[in-house]
Amino acid sequence: MATVTHETVRTGRGSEILLLVIAVGIGIYAYVQVALNMNGVAPERITLQAGAFTVLAVVVHLLVRWKAPYADPVILPAAVALTGIGLAMIYRLDISYTELGRPSGFAPKQLVWTVIGMGAATAIVLFFTDHRVLRRYTYVSLVAGIVLLLLPMVPLLGKNINGSRIWIGVGPLTFQPGEIAKICLAVFFAGYLVDARDNLALAGPRILGLHLPRMRDLGPILLAWGVAIVVLVAERDLGTSLLFFGFFVAMLYVATERVSWVIIGLVLFGGGATLAANFFPHVMARVEVWLHALDPEIYNRDPGGSGQVVQGLFGMASGGLTGAGWGKGLPHLVPYANSDFIWASLGEELGLTGLLAIVSIYLVLTQRGIRTGIGVRDGFGKLLCAGLSFVMAFQVFVVIGGVTRLIPLTGLTMPFMAYGGSSLLSNWIIVGLLLRISNEAREPAAVPTGPFPRVDAVLAARRASDDVAPPAAPAAPALPAAGMPEPDDNPTEVVDLR
Amino acid sequence: MNLPLRRIGTVIALMLVALMISTTSVQFFQASSLNADSRNVRTIYREFGRDRGPIVVAGESVAWSEPIDDAYAFQRVYAPGPLYSHVTGYFSTTFNASTGIERYSNSILGGTASSLLLSRIQDLVTGSQPQGGSVELTIDPALQQVAAEALAGQRGAVVALDPTTGAVLALYSSPAFDPNTIATHDRAAATAAWDALQADPEKPLENRATGTILYPPGSTFKVIVTAAWLELDPTRDVTTQVPTPAELQLPQSTSVIRNPGGATCGGVDTNELLYAFKESCNTTFAQLAMDLGQPQLDAMTAAFGFGQDLSIPLFVTPSVYPQTASAAETALTGIGQFDVRVSTLQMAMVAAAVANDGVLMRPYLVATERDADLGVLSRTEPSVFSEPISAGTAATLTTLMEAVVASGTGTPAQVPGVTVAGKTGTAETGNEQDQHAWMIAFAPAEAPQVAVAVLLENGGRDGSAAYGGSSAGPIVRRLIQAAVG
Repeated sequence: MATVTHETVRTGRGSEILLLVIAVGIGIYAYVQVALNMNGVAPERITLQAGAFTVLAVVVHLLVRWKAPYADPVILPAAVALTGIGLAMIYRLDISYTELGRPSGFAPKQLVWTVIGMGAATAIVLFFTDHRVLRRYTYVSLVAGIVLLLLPMVPLLGKNINGSRIWIGVGPLTFQPGEIAKICLAVFFAGYLVDARDNLALAGPRILGLHLPRMRDLGPILLAWGVAIVVLVAERDLGTSLLFFGFFVAMLYVATERVSWVIIGLVLFGGGATLAANFFPHVMARVEVWLHALDPEIYNRDPGGSGQVVQGLFGMASGGLTGAGWGKGLPHLVPYANSDFIWASLGEELGLTGLLAIVSIYLVLTQRGIRTGIGVRDGFGKLLCAGLSFVMAFQVFVVIGGVTRLIPLTGLTMPFMAYGGSSLLSNWIIVGLLLRISNEAREPAAVPTGPFPRVDAVLAARRASDDVAPPAAPAAPALPAAGMPEPDDNPTEVVDLR
Repeated sequence: MNLPLRRIGTVIALMLVALMISTTSVQFFQASSLNADSRNVRTIYREFGRDRGPIVVAGESVAWSEPIDDAYAFQRVYAPGPLYSHVTGYFSTTFNASTGIERYSNSILGGTASSLLLSRIQDLVTGSQPQGGSVELTIDPALQQVAAEALAGQRGAVVALDPTTGAVLALYSSPAFDPNTIATHDRAAATAAWDALQADPEKPLENRATGTILYPPGSTFKVIVTAAWLELDPTRDVTTQVPTPAELQLPQSTSVIRNPGGATCGGVDTNELLYAFKESCNTTFAQLAMDLGQPQLDAMTAAFGFGQDLSIPLFVTPSVYPQTASAAETALTGIGQFDVRVSTLQMAMVAAAVANDGVLMRPYLVATERDADLGVLSRTEPSVFSEPISAGTAATLTTLMEAVVASGTGTPAQVPGVTVAGKTGTAETGNEQDQHAWMIAFAPAEAPQVAVAVLLENGGRDGSAAYGGSSAGPIVRRLIQAAVG
């Protein structure tokens, strides 16, 4: 039985600033270590740089404190820590690249993108007072997402880099629109599924204990599958295809609670992947590299050899348990050491200990996202949190899994850490959205003054919890009129459902 | 929707735990095989960048790593440079190669040996740079120094063994070279030094002590022929009559074997073994070899170590006792000619086996292996290599060899107050070049402390005038004085 207690809700701002100091400290420490170990001296103008980075973080914190005082206190520091570690590694590789006369200067660009990303996150917190506004743009998001995904296929605009056509370029600027597309599609899935979930969940026959959907409800998942296949075939981008389809299936599951959707999704993806592996040489090559990376024949094959993967493994192996230390390894020996293979670079210099710590940060960050979804009251918010958290975690899984040969290597970037403006921007937008939603989730309602506060609260709690929603309840209204509160929009007290 | 949300949270946690496992798998469980992969250039960089342990002789480092401000972080230094060049070898970053103890004790020096696992774990915990262990050699620096001085300006080699243990007391090949010139990180300088050493007609990179070049042993081989002949019949001793003709016509051949300097060898057709041995009568031992036959000699040489791989831990090229096609060829092997080829170390082993009552101890160069904190990892325990001859045969041979030094061909090796037992050899090269001068010896004959073999390639500075006794004998004398006196 739910009990209702009056308690002072902690905003968590104190925890946030404390964690933020630690997160900023990790980044600055890494940066100074790199400079000391590689150049023998602390970076020039270190006080200024460290000060600027600290001020940036503190400003974001203060704005969050102002506009979203109940936002989750862990999300922002976790993202700052990851970004800082990534920046330090990119800077460290810049030094090696400069010594070797290779193109360098990635760290300043990444820093600019960090500022843009953090700015975007802050803007979301400042100007989006209610995440439910996004629900109005469900189908706009779909169109935007698909357009962004397919943009690289436009002649002249699209760029083919390293065999994948996932970039667009205007002059010297390149961008991976797929990174932003994943947010658009998360908004669409959340908006669409919150409406369609009952049909998807409840209609349809039961076969062998599995609740199968009706054929006509299969449309969206087939569409998603189709788009994933198109991305795979036309853009030769295994990673985005996998990511996109994976998180759609995950959101379908959250919306419907039907394992059958997961099974259908896996079967579709498995079928598609098997076909792709057999009919597309670049996919086949990836699979061979995955299974037989150390074979000399595969290792020496060019193009499509495993040299890159194996070099990454060598780097990680040489890092061992404790790593070489910032600036003391040879991560520049691995191709794409600051982007696709930043995991190997970090493994070489920070060792297993460092990598496990970083995975833990990702774990905390994504779990806070899920936690936000559990806490928020509206179904759209729940689905959006699930989608955004899952897509981030899944991307980490695909990237690290590829580098460590858990799954075939695909060309995705490590959220927050890898060099790349589009990825950094999109992940900071996710941080902004999660901060905004978590404020809704954690904000207590004003203490009710009515004669029967307990009853009100319990009713509100019932409405808030979709788990006990009566099946006969009508599907949520498609597009509520602006300003009209939704049924589950009532502020409530803190409800302890233990 | 909270239940599926929680489940998705669990799925995310499982995915990330899977990543932790796969990362652990790469960095911990697969790490050693990945680090050992020949395609992994990091291993080379790290190997050369490691704080390598020193090579120690009598408490003094003769090779060690000094911190240096370049990519490798440590520079290998050898001092005194050439004295130990053929023992320590070199450790070259330029050629990604090493030789000698640097190569054969690499796992200890580089800190990768499994016996160093404990200190590697300590390094992990304390965060200190991993350090290699040290290798202490059995070399006696005084003896090594005498060898170097005695061979200066000549091509040749000296090996001295402790006959009771097999410890290598001196191992010197002349000319030596300065390993520092090859070990330098300066690529151009190292390449130039290497090219110069390769082009040097004196071939300083050859290790004449361990047999990268093998030589005919000449009359020193008569010790083995005599050993085989004595072993066949226990009643034979120094007084047994043996044929000592002035000339020996070889069967089915036009060749005639004569004695050194055309001497008649006593002018009688038979004489005591003692006389034939100390005067090194060729006719006698050619005849004995024919009487024994190739199989007998092959077995005896094998018992002394011919034809067997040996690592001390330096690789020693196996000495060769040939297949012979005729009695004439067998006769020639009896005086250490035809295709008999030996390393200097092998001949020192022959002397050591006689000195140690017929028990040949396994030669070894590494006395102790220590970790970076000087804790002992392993100490070499002397072990028996073989027992080629009985104690009786050894005693008879000792008497014979004493006579060689006392009143035979080896008198220049006499040391006042010390009974030296030895055997000289002067080996035809089979081509137009001057003969090799040999002498093997041990002392004191009653309680041997040292067994030596000295080789002067093409007679050293005496050239065509060189004889084993007159050219190699004085070097033996100096060595025994240094070792025993």
